[in-house]
Amino acid sequence: MKRSNEPIFWSLFGAGGMLAALIGPALVFITGIAVPFGLVFKPDTMSYAHMLALSQSWAGKIFILAVIALFLWHAAHRIHILLHDFGIHAVTAVRILCYGSAFAGTVVAAYTLLTIKP
Amino acid sequence: MADTEKIIEIQVLRYRPEQDKEPVLQSYKVPFTDDMSVLQGLQYIKDFLDGTVSFRWSCRMAICGSCGMMIDGKPKLSCKTFLREYYPQGLKVEALAHLPIERDLMVSVEDFVTKLESIKPYIIPKEPRTLEQGEYLQTPQQRDMYEQFSSCINCMLCYAACPQYGLNPKFTGPGILALMHRYNVDSRDGGQAERNELGYADEGYWGCTAVGYCSEVCPKGVDPANAINQNKMNSAINYFTRFITPGGADK
Amino acid sequence: MSNRRPYVRSMDGWWKRDAYFIRYMAREITAVFVALYAIVLLFGVVRLSQGEAAFNGWLQYLKTPWMLVFHVIVLAVFCYHTWSWFNIMPKTMPIMFVGGKRLQPGVITGTGLAASVIACLAVLFIVRGMS
Repeated sequence: MKRSNEPIFWSLFGAGGMLAALIGPALVFITGIAVPFGLVFKPDTMSYAHMLALSQSWAGKIFILAVIALFLWHAAHRIHILLHDFGIHAVTAVRILCYGSAFAGTVVAAYTLLTIKP
Repeated sequence: MADTEKIIEIQVLRYRPEQDKEPVLQSYKVPFTDDMSVLQGLQYIKDFLDGTVSFRWSCRMAICGSCGMMIDGKPKLSCKTFLREYYPQGLKVEALAHLPIERDLMVSVEDFVTKLESIKPYIIPKEPRTLEQGEYLQTPQQRDMYEQFSSCINCMLCYAACPQYGLNPKFTGPGILALMHRYNVDSRDGGQAERNELGYADEGYWGCTAVGYCSEVCPKGVDPANAINQNKMNSAINYFTRFITPGGADK
Repeated sequence: MSNRRPYVRSMDGWWKRDAYFIRYMAREITAVFVALYAIVLLFGVVRLSQGEAAFNGWLQYLKTPWMLVFHVIVLAVFCYHTWSWFNIMPKTMPIMFVGGKRLQPGVITGTGLAASVIACLAVLFIVRGMS
């Protein structure tokens, strides 16, 4: 019987899911609610200057890329399974759509972070 | 001390291939007492109301695994489920979900039995052993690793619970993978590599999406969801390290 | 033998048949919101690379009422993701023994949820320290 290739996508799904489970709520609260509406943090926490500085450091680049890419790969795997659960059986097309999107997002994020000018 | 006789309505999904185009519900009014199981209700129907109703049963004490059926949409053993729980509204009894109906409440078990035979459900010794070496010794902890997974009575409730099996019958399914796991983690066994040819395939552990309903409905606490999902990690590790570890890549 | 005509029932709408399946679907659908949030962040990173004016446009967009509603929903969904993630986690782990006794699933779930609370607080403190 042919060995499954699921481990690749499952590992990315697991990493993304664990990251989202551990720090997701805090990130959503900070970037989507607190900072834009001046709660808890200084209003300029996410200013252009601050975010540019974050994206210049290697730690910052890796963190931002990890969050975006792993969240996308986590979602791609689960959505791929969801579509199967809803009875959509075009297996190859669904895989290309889901994992292809995650791959595209990862490439865009990585390229942008690597080439961002100070 | 006879109370007024209680009557409960049991709707049975009938299917007689020689006369029915598709399954149809038939209603029966069954007098019952509080100690009667759904199985006894069905036996009353067969004995006094309609001898053509067909269903499987044997031990009537939740150990043979014959009487699994859908009771109000949930997979249950009919000998272990009581009519009083469904009074006064009545109940609906259907054949186990996700399996082809042969007749009335009986499903086809061919797929299950074929797959059961295919997982090598026996100890494959780690190395050849002579009688003079005596028995295997096992600590309570070593026994604990596989004991619950050996409790399976092949009732197939977990197959009725598993939507992935319903969507794709090529999936080996919860009960059989749990049994395969039972042998893989038995300290006496050395057949993991052979069994993982199936386990590490899409039809094996990777067909599972951790719905978990199988473990919910299992009447014996086997927890097939755990048996399957704990193997995804070692399957993934094996996938990524297979070219590095001694013994080389398998196919 | 020739009278056999096994009847295969449809799987259409299977997930609506039981509350357990609906909870499973809810757990899986959290992925859609995880993706949407990642896309919002991705937009932010791209706008950041396009200069100050572009990034400020993204910041302004975050302040619109729709984006607030979106993030409140996403926050609730992420919390449900955390909850359901650590609830299913015991099923993914082998049987383990701590001090001779079998490790209970509730302990694994509780530890995971606690780790999440601590990690989120840590993130909040780090960001507060940085700003």
